[in-house]
Amino acid sequence: MSYIFENWDVVFGYTLEHLSLVGQALAIALLFALPVGVAVSRVRWLATGVLAVLGIIYTVPSLALLGFLIPFTGLGSGTLLIALVAYAQVTLVRNITLAFNGIDPAVVEAAKGMGMNGWQRLYRVEFPLALPVIFAGVRVTVLLLVGLATIGGWVAAGGLGRLLYTSLKTDDLNGVLAAALMLSLLAILADQLFRTIERFSRRDLLVRP
Amino acid sequence: MISEAVSNQQAAGEQDRPQPVIVFEDVSKQYPGTASFAVDHVSLAVQPGELIVLLGPSGCGKTTLMKMVNRLIELTSGWIYINGTPIGDVPVNALRRSIGYVIQNVGLFPHMDVARNIAVVPEMVGWDKARIATRVEELLGLVGLPATEFAKRYPRQLSGGQQQRVGLARAMAANPAVMLMDEPFAAIDSITRRRLQDELIRIQRTVRKTILFVTHDVEEALRLADKIVVMREGQVVQYDTPLHLLSRPADDFVAQLVGADDVLRGLSLIDVGTIMQPLSQPLPAVSASGAGPNLQLHSNLRYALGLFLTSGAERIVVQDERGAAVGQISFAQVRHLSVGGHVGAEE
Repeated sequence: MSYIFENWDVVFGYTLEHLSLVGQALAIALLFALPVGVAVSRVRWLATGVLAVLGIIYTVPSLALLGFLIPFTGLGSGTLLIALVAYAQVTLVRNITLAFNGIDPAVVEAAKGMGMNGWQRLYRVEFPLALPVIFAGVRVTVLLLVGLATIGGWVAAGGLGRLLYTSLKTDDLNGVLAAALMLSLLAILADQLFRTIERFSRRDLLVRP
Repeated sequence: MISEAVSNQQAAGEQDRPQPVIVFEDVSKQYPGTASFAVDHVSLAVQPGELIVLLGPSGCGKTTLMKMVNRLIELTSGWIYINGTPIGDVPVNALRRSIGYVIQNVGLFPHMDVARNIAVVPEMVGWDKARIATRVEELLGLVGLPATEFAKRYPRQLSGGQQQRVGLARAMAANPAVMLMDEPFAAIDSITRRRLQDELIRIQRTVRKTILFVTHDVEEALRLADKIVVMREGQVVQYDTPLHLLSRPADDFVAQLVGADDVLRGLSLIDVGTIMQPLSQPLPAVSASGAGPNLQLHSNLRYALGLFLTSGAERIVVQDERGAAVGQISFAQVRHLSVGGHVGAEE
């Protein structure tokens, strides 16, 4: 414990770096996953193909995926981000698809029958109703990314993975413990944050019956 | 006597008949990969202000026929006109905004309160806020849900019946001339359904929309309809008034469907007003008007029959809502309707 406080700037620096990696990966992943998820939920025949491909990505071990990437993109945070974004697609696209498919078909039919065009249906009706489930997917994804980003230590991408990696190499148990503690703390905080957002996004769905 | 009264009505209708609001001309629908037609060369005309019920067993094409009007289902061949314009000539979303649409599962938007649900179409067609607010309040009053109590509630805070009232208000929001109602009361318990049917009759008397109403519930059809389209296997078997369906069913299928041989039930579904002799004709002396038994325009004939039997009267005065005598009905008329096993068997 005292190690963390004595080396606070180092530990804190790595933690911030870790957070930033996760944040960037999530942002980029959402940019892809939202349109893909909406498309998959609207076009039935896309679903099987896209979800199968994502499933395959998910089964490739993380270090192996980095191994495939390094010859092309070299070491550094870029390589890590590509790997993180790829993994995040699986949980994000799956949840976004679920979220849109879970909307009461009567609501969609009513929206159509009232003369809403595709965009109006999406942003006025479907997206607000899908939001809670999408946030649940984001929460799961963030937890996944916090853990996965530690492999960044192996490709010189920085973050708490680096602290873990170097401490292991130098038999610095305190460093290992500090990294593990901060990782757990990050995960717990992220979990709580997104649970709160999720609940907030449901507030008008949860009005007193 | 009945057939006379009926043909008089028809003749009067023929003379100054307004332009039909909805016209189906040789309309067919064939789903891809099927050999038979879901809707098979249907031609119909619907007059303004009429409530037309599309009735038939499931799979008879009634829902398909209705959904082709707002193009949720595209027709395979033929033409549908609304106020003389082919529906294909209007952008599809503009067409839908001009048609009220009520569905069985209501489909209220759960993340919007009642007022916002009703405001959706008026907002899309560009009404200003003040006009929308006035309209929402007016409509909630019309469907029996006072705005002060219900405007800010969310759909899941309402009972099934209340939800469908909001669904009805939402469909009428931008004041469409045409409404499509797809089994709107089918998922509602029978007591509430009955009440909602009465409400719809009451509302329709004031707003006079042109309504296509799909149901497989015969009682509902006979109670609500100005005219009924009986469908089987994609074709129209008979397009006629409830009275005619009961008194002159086109074939055994229609007779069985509407239960034409159950005389009392048939009588219970026809209003006194449908067959009474209006007062403008010279009347034989009525048993001291006001003193004897009397009937309301919207009393049903079974009730009238009961009154004839208990009072022993030969003729009974019919009053309108304000209590003014507007016509009379005779025991002979009711008996005439009931002769021969089903309502009005004679021609």
